[in-house]
Amino acid sequence: MTLSRRAAVTGLLSLPWILRMTPARATPETMQGALDAFTGGASVREGRVTLKIPLLVENGNSVPLSVSVESPMTPEDHVEEIAIFNELNPLPDTARFHLTPRAGLAAVETRIRLNGSQTVHAVARMNDGSHWSTTTNVIVTAPACREV
Amino acid sequence: MAVLINIPETAAPGEIVAIKILIQHPMETGFRTGSDGALVPRDIIETVVCLYRGEEVFRADLFPAVAANPFLGFHLRAEETGEVAFVWTDIVGATSREFRTLTVA
Repeated sequence: MTLSRRAAVTGLLSLPWILRMTPARATPETMQGALDAFTGGASVREGRVTLKIPLLVENGNSVPLSVSVESPMTPEDHVEEIAIFNELNPLPDTARFHLTPRAGLAAVETRIRLNGSQTVHAVARMNDGSHWSTTTNVIVTAPACREV
Repeated sequence: MAVLINIPETAAPGEIVAIKILIQHPMETGFRTGSDGALVPRDIIETVVCLYRGEEVFRADLFPAVAANPFLGFHLRAEETGEVAFVWTDIVGATSREFRTLTVA
């Protein structure tokens, strides 16, 4: 009988958490869907991509992020596109960068919003059609999107 | 709309120069509610393009997850003296342009 009372208490205590989870947001599954849409279902290999992002972020409203890809950036061998994906924002797509050999260097940077601690993914598509990726775990103490 | 563009004025032939651009824009996500409880309509810059002597160097597609006042950094391989154009378009299709001259010597 004590066990059932404990279950009832934990159930009641978890109610605010359940209510808090209701807003629509991306999940690792929807992120995988967005990633597959980007690659067209092609296989993605780990490597060649470097994602620099702070491991501990105080303010999720502006998180500096830089991505670089090992590539000579010649007309024969260059990065065509770099895509950034997140797992917990309302939309999994974060930013896309289209590059050409005129860039000379496959290194881009920007600032993004992160709605909570999560894994950020960077995927690069080469001109030969191969895909390379990397991921980084980020801890966010004050998420974006919560404050109104 | 205010914009800050950081690009060197001169470069050696073949030199790779770093370019940084900061555009003043709220990047309203369309997921926030205002004081009246209604959703604030989405207002974001969707694309930012950099052209060097008329040819595309870099193009960014931005989503609501890009922070307010979008900042972008990228690179350009200098070849000949020419115009570097920056063109960005927001969600309603309004386009803004800025131009810089890169002297290659």
